[in-house]
Amino acid sequence: MRRLLIDRTRCDGHGSCAELLPELLDLDEWGFPISLTGERDPAVPRSLAAHGERAVRACPLMALRIG
Amino acid sequence: MTTTSIAPLTGTQRVLAVRTESWREHVDALGPAPRLSSDELIRLVDSAGLTGRGGAGFPTARKIAAVAASRRTPVVVGNAMEGEFLSHKDRTLLDQAPHLVLDGLDILGRALGSRRLILATGERIDSTRVRRAAAERPGRLVDVRDLGGGFIGGQESALVSQLNGRAAVPQDPHTPVYVRGIDGRPTLVANAETLAQLALLARFGPDWFRSQGTPDDPGTFLISVSGLTPPSVLEVPRGIRLREVLLQAGVPLERVGAVLLGGYHGTWLRPGTGDVRLCEEDLSPYGASTGAGILHVLSVDSCGLRVSAEIATYLAAQAAGQCGPCVNGMPRMADTLTRLAVPGSDPRLVAEVDRLRGLVIGRGACAHPDGTARFVASTMLVFARHVEAHLRGECHETSVD
Ligand code: SF4
Ligand code: SF4
Repeated sequence: MRRLLIDRTRCDGHGSCAELLPELLDLDEWGFPISLTGERDPAVPRSLAAHGERAVRACPLMALRIG
Repeated sequence: MTTTSIAPLTGTQRVLAVRTESWREHVDALGPAPRLSSDELIRLVDSAGLTGRGGAGFPTARKIAAVAASRRTPVVVGNAMEGEFLSHKDRTLLDQAPHLVLDGLDILGRALGSRRLILATGERIDSTRVRRAAAERPGRLVDVRDLGGGFIGGQESALVSQLNGRAAVPQDPHTPVYVRGIDGRPTLVANAETLAQLALLARFGPDWFRSQGTPDDPGTFLISVSGLTPPSVLEVPRGIRLREVLLQAGVPLERVGAVLLGGYHGTWLRPGTGDVRLCEEDLSPYGASTGAGILHVLSVDSCGLRVSAEIATYLAAQAAGQCGPCVNGMPRMADTLTRLAVPGSDPRLVAEVDRLRGLVIGRGACAHPDGTARFVASTMLVFARHVEAHLRGECHETSVD
C-alpha cells in the first residue's frame, strides 16, 4: 500500500493538504496535519490516489510525497 | 573466527573491567582487535544477540547488515554524545577504556571497508584521552569530533546532520542515515558502549557473550544510577532484578518513592516492582525499557508530579524547533503538567494532559515527542494517587531531592 509521507521538518502548517484529502488528513489546533487513519503516514487507497497526488502538488513546502 | 590467546573476562564486569590507557597496555591485556569480514561479523553479532546500548535497543547485526548491503562504502560513526544528562556511561568508558571503544570502530570499519571512521563526543565529555588513544593506534585514524546539540544531539540523524556541517537537528526519517548519511553515504551509527561490547565479543565469541544475561536478552550493560545515592555507573547482566541494582548502587530501599527507568524518555516504576528483571521480557508489559541504561531514584518525600513537570518542561525546551506538533504541543503539555503539579489544580487538567499526549505522538520527525509522551503517560499512571491528592489541594512533599 502506498502511503502519504509527511516530512514534519518541512511542513509549516495551515495547509491545503487537509482540504484536498479530508478522508486522510485533519488539521490540529495549530494548523498541522493529523493522520486520520491513526498511522504515522496514512495509507492511500487506490480510490484516493488522484486526490493524494493533488495534495502532494499543492503543498507549498514540498513536505508531502507518496511512496 | 574469534580466536584470541587471551583468557576471557569472567564475571559480570566486562567493559568496565578493561582499564587500559595506552595502546601497548591494551594489546598486552587483550590482544589486537580481530579482523572479520562483514559476513563473519554479522554472523557473530547475530548469534551473540548484541543489541544497541544507546537507547533504542535495536539488534546490532541488522544495523550492520543494512549498511553492508549498500553498493556504496559506508561511514562508521561512534556515538558518545551522551545527551541525557543522567547518563555517565559513555564518559566513563572513554576515560577508562578508550581503546576498547576505538577497537569497536576498527572492527566495524575493517569489516565494512570504510574509509572514514568518526567518534562523536558530546559537550559533557572531555575527549582528551580518547584523542590521545586514537593518535597512538596503528591503522586507520579515527576522527574524534567534539560536538554540541543538547538532549537530542545524539539522535542519529541529528548527529549526522551536525557532522555534515549543518544544524544538529533530526532529519526526515523517511530517508534514514543507513541509506544516506555522512556525505550522502550509508552511515552506521553505533553507541560507544555497543562498540566496547563488540570489541570484547569479537575476541571471546558469542558463547562467552551469552554467558551473562538472559537467553532472549544476553550480555551485560552499563547503568547510570542517581538519586538518593551519589551518581555511579555499574555494569550488570541483562535481566538483573531492579532491587539488586538499587542495592549495588547503595540506594536505601525504604526511602524509594519511585524509580525512573530509561532516562527522561523513560518510565516511572513503583517501589513494589523491585522483583522486575531489567530485560525486555519483564519490562515490555510496563512499556518500559532500560533505554541508554539510566535509573534515577525519587525519594518518598519528593513530589513525583513536580519532578516530572520539571523534566517535561526541560524536554519541551530541548525540542529542535522544526516540527509543528512538537514545537506547539510539547510546551503546552509541559505547562499543563506544571499546573497540575500545584496542589488545588483544576481537575480538567487531567484530561487535557491526556489529550495533548495523543496530539504529539507520532507527529514529529524524531521520537522526541513520543518519548516525552510516554514519560508523561507513566507519570499520570504511577502518580495517579498523587494527582488525586493534588486535586484535593494536598501534597505530601517534604523535601525536594
Ligand atoms: S500543505 Fe504542506 S506545509 Fe501545508 S500543512 Fe499540508 S503538509 Fe504542511
Ligand atoms: S519532533 Fe521535535 S525534537 Fe524531533 S525533530 Fe521535530 S521538532 Fe525536533
